[in-house]
Amino acid sequence: MSLDPATVRRIAKLARIRVDETQLGQLQTELSGILSWIEQLNEVDVEGVEPLAGGAQGAQAMALKMREDIVTDGGIPEQVLANAPDRIGNFYAVPKVVE
Amino acid sequence: MATYTIEGATGSWEVVIGLEVHAQVISRSKLFSGAATDFGAEPNTQVSFVDAAFPGMLPVINRECVAQAVRTGLGLRAHINLVSRFDRKNYFYADLPAGYQISQYQHPIVGAGTIEIELADGSTKQIGVTRLHLEQDAGKSLHDQHPSKTFIDLNRAGVALMEIVSEPDLRSPEEAGAYLRKLRTILRYLGTCDGNMEEGSMRADVNVSVRKHGEPFRTRCEVKNVNSIRFVMQAIEAEAKRQIAVWEEGGTVDQETRLFDPGRGETRSMRSKEDAHDYRYFPDPDLLPLVLDEAWVAELQRGLPELPDEKRARLMREYGLPAYDSGVLVAEQAIADFYETLARGRDAKLAANWMMGDFFAALNRTGKTIETSPVSAAALGQLIDLISDNTINGRIAKEVFEAMVETGEEPGVIVERKGLRQVIDTGAIDAAVDAVLAANPDKLAEFKAGKEKLFGFFVGQVMKAMAGKGNPALVNEALKRKLA
Repeated sequence: MSLDPATVRRIAKLARIRVDETQLGQLQTELSGILSWIEQLNEVDVEGVEPLAGGAQGAQAMALKMREDIVTDGGIPEQVLANAPDRIGNFYAVPKVVE
Repeated sequence: MATYTIEGATGSWEVVIGLEVHAQVISRSKLFSGAATDFGAEPNTQVSFVDAAFPGMLPVINRECVAQAVRTGLGLRAHINLVSRFDRKNYFYADLPAGYQISQYQHPIVGAGTIEIELADGSTKQIGVTRLHLEQDAGKSLHDQHPSKTFIDLNRAGVALMEIVSEPDLRSPEEAGAYLRKLRTILRYLGTCDGNMEEGSMRADVNVSVRKHGEPFRTRCEVKNVNSIRFVMQAIEAEAKRQIAVWEEGGTVDQETRLFDPGRGETRSMRSKEDAHDYRYFPDPDLLPLVLDEAWVAELQRGLPELPDEKRARLMREYGLPAYDSGVLVAEQAIADFYETLARGRDAKLAANWMMGDFFAALNRTGKTIETSPVSAAALGQLIDLISDNTINGRIAKEVFEAMVETGEEPGVIVERKGLRQVIDTGAIDAAVDAVLAANPDKLAEFKAGKEKLFGFFVGQVMKAMAGKGNPALVNEALKRKLA
């Protein structure tokens, strides 16, 4: 599968990654290569096999482990905010976003 | 039910409405982390590294949140999917630290169900529920605290939400309002969401389209995040009228997300980017499929409370109440409980009349709720007993009730203190009747000459002379005897 430059631009935009026009060609080649590699999976015959989303299924089926509804975490605002690029009081501060 | 239509220049238009309700799940801790969910805590104090999306942190699902979703599904008479799955919904926003929301896209935990709504004319309508799925709430953005910054509080980030999606079965603002009220009542009965729209624990996205009668659906618009039932109803009308104007001017309605401005009473387009809806869902690799044990679902089913529809039918059956009274009394579980305490062993209709009349009026007037009512069910019951055993008459009972609201005293105490016991001594009643007749010879003459409606005047005068405490039946009887 080959991606056109517009699609590459769109993927970059959705991922909030700035891509120069000069890099577009190289990225187009790399992403197309990755997709072609993944496309090889289409050659596997999965007739009658249910789609699998993580973990094993059938005889090895694994289900989500659940925890009890108990408060065991939180109360650590300093640690939570430790990596914030900007903070005011105990809030994260980000450039104003108003819809 | 009369069909709701909006008249345009080219004829009448039908309105088609579907609702997506986000209901915050009642649980102690979050959907995938052990941080607390209490409303109103100091900013970022109820945040774990999972909620703040620190690298390498893994989500672990909260069993109670799953149970709440299953209970809600059962309460909506919906299909419970024993296997469901979590997906990542990808978008960038400052209050979504991971850059994705964990949600359920293709395989929700609850499938199709129904909600029965009741309309003002007494008719009912079945509204289809398409699905219910579990997802995480986002954090909260505060835009008004600083001139150039937005403040982010992640306390709400990761709290469990149930998204409940209706079929496009609703046809008027009234039906949409009835659907939301009924859904909120069911959620409150189940104890799965407090339904508080002011605090944002229940929010609605409204899908609206219009069409000429008999047409297939036309393009819809989604009005986002409407936070009261009244605004939902206003937003539907405003949006439908806007779309009709667009079609009638020869234009086309574009599928888009809009916001309702209650101040202006109109919707406006959100300045969203064209690819805002490209969420690139994919199965969350951190989470295995959610598999429910059938026995556990059955156990949750057994633990469900009596739901509003069942309770309404039972009140009609056991207490002989009309459909309307029953509907009013089951709107909140606490009201129904109050009623049943009150009505047990008493005149059920009299009890309903007292609750829906003077009692609700007093709550409204004093700004109290059924939970904070100054008059308990036991006290109101004593008042009804005093009427039933002829200690006081109905008119005096209203006076006693007002004193109960005021002082919180028991009715018996008030009756004794104020000397309000009704007079059933026929000697005293006869004396009062004689005095009234003697004082009004002209009226008496008119009555005897055939002006029979003066009977009411005499009753009034006698009651007045007895300070309202005469037994009405005995006063009537005495008057009839003396006037014969």
